[in-house]
Amino acid sequence: MNGWGDHLGTFAEGALNTVLLTVFSFAGAVTVAVVITAFRICPVRPLRAFGTAYVELFQNIPLAVWLVLFVFGLPAVGISFGLFTTAAAATALYMASYYAETLRAGVNAVGAGQTEAARALGLGFGQSLAAVVLPQALRAIVQPLGNVTIQLLMNTALAAAVGVVELTEAANRINLVLAEPLPVYIGAGVCYAVLALMISAGTALTERKLAIPR
Amino acid sequence: MTSPLFDSPGPRARRRIRTVTVVAVLAGLVLVALAVRQFAINGELAAARWAPYGSWPMWRYLLGGLGGTALAAVLAVALAMLAGLVLAFARVSRHLALRAPARVYVEAIRVVPLLLLIYFAMFALPRYGLDLPLLWKLVLPIAVSRSAQFAEIFRSGFRSLESGQGEAAAALGMRPHQAMRYVIFPQAIRRVVPALISQTAGVVKDTSLGIVVSYAELLESGKVLAGYNRLLIQTYLVIALLYFAINYALSRLARAIDARQRLAGPGSVSSPPPARRGRGRSRSAAATSDAGPRPDRVKA
Repeated sequence: MNGWGDHLGTFAEGALNTVLLTVFSFAGAVTVAVVITAFRICPVRPLRAFGTAYVELFQNIPLAVWLVLFVFGLPAVGISFGLFTTAAAATALYMASYYAETLRAGVNAVGAGQTEAARALGLGFGQSLAAVVLPQALRAIVQPLGNVTIQLLMNTALAAAVGVVELTEAANRINLVLAEPLPVYIGAGVCYAVLALMISAGTALTERKLAIPR
Repeated sequence: MTSPLFDSPGPRARRRIRTVTVVAVLAGLVLVALAVRQFAINGELAAARWAPYGSWPMWRYLLGGLGGTALAAVLAVALAMLAGLVLAFARVSRHLALRAPARVYVEAIRVVPLLLLIYFAMFALPRYGLDLPLLWKLVLPIAVSRSAQFAEIFRSGFRSLESGQGEAAAALGMRPHQAMRYVIFPQAIRRVVPALISQTAGVVKDTSLGIVVSYAELLESGKVLAGYNRLLIQTYLVIALLYFAINYALSRLARAIDARQRLAGPGSVSSPPPARRGRGRSRSAAATSDAGPRPDRVKA
């Protein structure tokens, strides 16, 4: 068990990268998902078709394929960001399809009568969406959104496959030197578990905040 | 129209929709044109760079990779389904000694990335004397990680049946395991078939991690091929297309079966309880999501 101290730095760096990847992908994914969902519930057919095509395209092709396409393919057509940004972007665009599905399920779960009532009160399409439908939809899907976010956290590990030193890759590198696989990988696993627990806690907190007071 | 958000538009709204439609189509065309231009500028559109994909040897190689994907996926699905079924039975068991460990397993596996499990199989297990063949270094971690998802699907199937089913079975004098075997299980399985199929699509996506273990599935074959012919973009786009074809077909199948079951509804399977209606609404999400439904967590 010697030499652990030297490796804690690598481990911390990996953990930090995992957190950053998760945060950036989450922000990007939710932003894109909101736009896609707006497309998917829009009365204009081509926009709706675009929303559906987006979801089908990203969901039916593995994230690993998106990662290699982005990381190795984009530079070939003259577009390049850093490795980290590219990996985060691929993860964000991929997960956006899952967030969009969840958001749409939430919108559909709000009864049609709610919109009708809002319209009867004289609210427009956008107003009834923002003031009546979305708040209710959000309440219904906080839990599933939390689950998708945990899924996103798990998926950030795939960035290791294209060379980002996040938690999984850090564990890997430490193991190459230490040859102590059990504690190293279990340590990484525990780290993921802690992060997932934090997401769960955040979900529960949000749910309590949004709950209708009784 | 599938959305509750708008009713059928009047003449003015129709005109507005027409305008937005035209603008949207034009904007889409501009985007496509820009992308094509970017490709052309960098010479990726040259016929010579695409021609190889019209030739047989290239496809023979990729079909080999597809075979590898199919083999890995079938093995992983079979194992994960079996394990998931056992776990689900354990989780609905009356004995805490069975229920608790199954629950811990499912919750723990859910928070460990598949790639970490794969690295564990690649680098940790050999050190403890278990050096699996390449195929199994991929299949076993997938089966372990997906077994938890399959368990939750089966369990949600059991739970989706109204309690009256179990009570009726008990009234007929069946013991709990008989009720499970003759009444609950056959009905529950039917209900979760769509979710099982979409989970299978998830497993197909998981097998693309063969790229880390160097098992010759589709993505790994693509990597090798691209390294050899230097047609990076073309190769990965063809690969992406193949994955899309497989998974799109699977998700359509799942949706078709789901729709048929709901049409058949009350006649063949007992009428859906409220819990199931909640599930049904978000079903489109569940049917295509490889995250799998977690109805126990969805407090709708």
